[in-house]
Amino acid sequence: MTHVKTINQANLKESAVKGGCGECQASCQSACKTSCTVANQKCERKAK
Amino acid sequence: MLHQYQLNGYNIILDVNSGAVHVVDELAYRLAQMLEPPLSDSCPDQITEQLMPDFDKASIQETYQELFALYQQGQLFSVDDYEKFSNILSESPVKAMCLHIAHDCNLRCKYCFADTGEYMGHRELMSFETGRAAIDYLLHYSKGRRNLEVDFFGGEPLMNFEVVKQIVAYARSKEKEYGKVFRFTITTNGLLLDDNKIDFINQEMSNVVLSLDGRKEINDRVRVRVDGKGSYDSIVPKYKRLVEKRTGPYDQYYVRGTFTKYNLDFAEDVLHLNDLGFDQISVEPVVADPKESYALTEQDLPQIFAEYERLAKILIERQGTPKDFNFFHFMIDLEQGPCAIKRLRGCGCGNEYVAITPSGDIYPCHQFVGHENWKMGNVYDLSLNSEMKQQFASATVYGKEDCKNCWAKFYCSGGCNANSMLYAGDIRKSHHLSCELEKKRVECAIMIKAAQF
Repeated sequence: MTHVKTINQANLKESAVKGGCGECQASCQSACKTSCTVANQKCERKAK
Repeated sequence: MLHQYQLNGYNIILDVNSGAVHVVDELAYRLAQMLEPPLSDSCPDQITEQLMPDFDKASIQETYQELFALYQQGQLFSVDDYEKFSNILSESPVKAMCLHIAHDCNLRCKYCFADTGEYMGHRELMSFETGRAAIDYLLHYSKGRRNLEVDFFGGEPLMNFEVVKQIVAYARSKEKEYGKVFRFTITTNGLLLDDNKIDFINQEMSNVVLSLDGRKEINDRVRVRVDGKGSYDSIVPKYKRLVEKRTGPYDQYYVRGTFTKYNLDFAEDVLHLNDLGFDQISVEPVVADPKESYALTEQDLPQIFAEYERLAKILIERQGTPKDFNFFHFMIDLEQGPCAIKRLRGCGCGNEYVAITPSGDIYPCHQFVGHENWKMGNVYDLSLNSEMKQQFASATVYGKEDCKNCWAKFYCSGGCNANSMLYAGDIRKSHHLSCELEKKRVECAIMIKAAQF
């Protein structure tokens, strides 16, 4: 494509079907404790 | 749903429901703004005519076909079909705990949400017996979850460090028997750090959060000792020592600061921390009653937005140099990040994550501690208010009126329930100021990814 560059694989829908194991880190345990960001957490399955 | 924005010279289109991020030229950007699904296989004449003064017809048609191809692939105007997952989400096992190891502190930070450590109660240290009961409680309620998280929090946890060590030893002794892996973290103000504590933390804590607000004058204005003196000079060398010695088995740490109305130029504080030699940095907006002089307000938003943008550009400039650094709120994983299920209800407080007070009382999270009506149970009698737990379990982005149609819902996952409770009066409502800040941070984070691509 010349007008559009897609910079990721856009797999959110696929992850809904395969996800939900619950083994990943609770987001508030990382650094924030006062504000919530979830999209920066790692998937425990993919991390293996 | 699309979210389009322009930042640092990039035209960005986020397809919210697929998670696709497209970096486009000006023609594609304007064309996408004019489109409404469902799309047909050729560009509507009316739209072509509207763009003709600025672009030639062939380019418009070519661009339309690129956008149409993405549409057909489910990467543009993709459908929101997550609500069905949201509706079937049930309660989760409890797998993460914030242990309030000390309701006491050796600092008197002026913005402390924890009432300088007392949490609207009295000064109290957690006993080992209570810590042990908390670990037993976690082993019981974590059911099939393997990875368990325990954060040592306060007040100041180093004021009760022997109990921290005892709890770690007790939990480790149970790992094999129960088939669990404990991940410990600690949040400290650093005053009591010494080599022995540093070595224990570096050996046992998978993450350590080191509180420091940035420039000396900024830090010492609010992070003061009991006698009113600043804390910067004492803690900076200790943090440097800890990070220098953090060579394994864990490497994760954050130097974490808070910014307030007093330092709306907080990028300077992030850069100061970086210049001190730290490369894992988090500086976050203060959580405060709007009546306080240091509280952030809606009027501050334009300046804060500009500061986040400035910081994002500097972060890009420093990438690949000796001063490369990571800013917690600009971290985003567009490929390997959390699954959509995780993104539906965010932090997990009150459901899979709870806070334990020194006396063993259970609250949905550390920010709820002290608000008696949110007490959920006690570790000694294994009590847990299942009705309240269900209330948190069902607080998904589809259960929150302002989140359902927000483009950022899969990035913040509904935001901080405690902020919603404290400042909007209901965990299902949103705290507008927090939302605006989060959206700007996500925009910056995605732009950084675009710059790296």
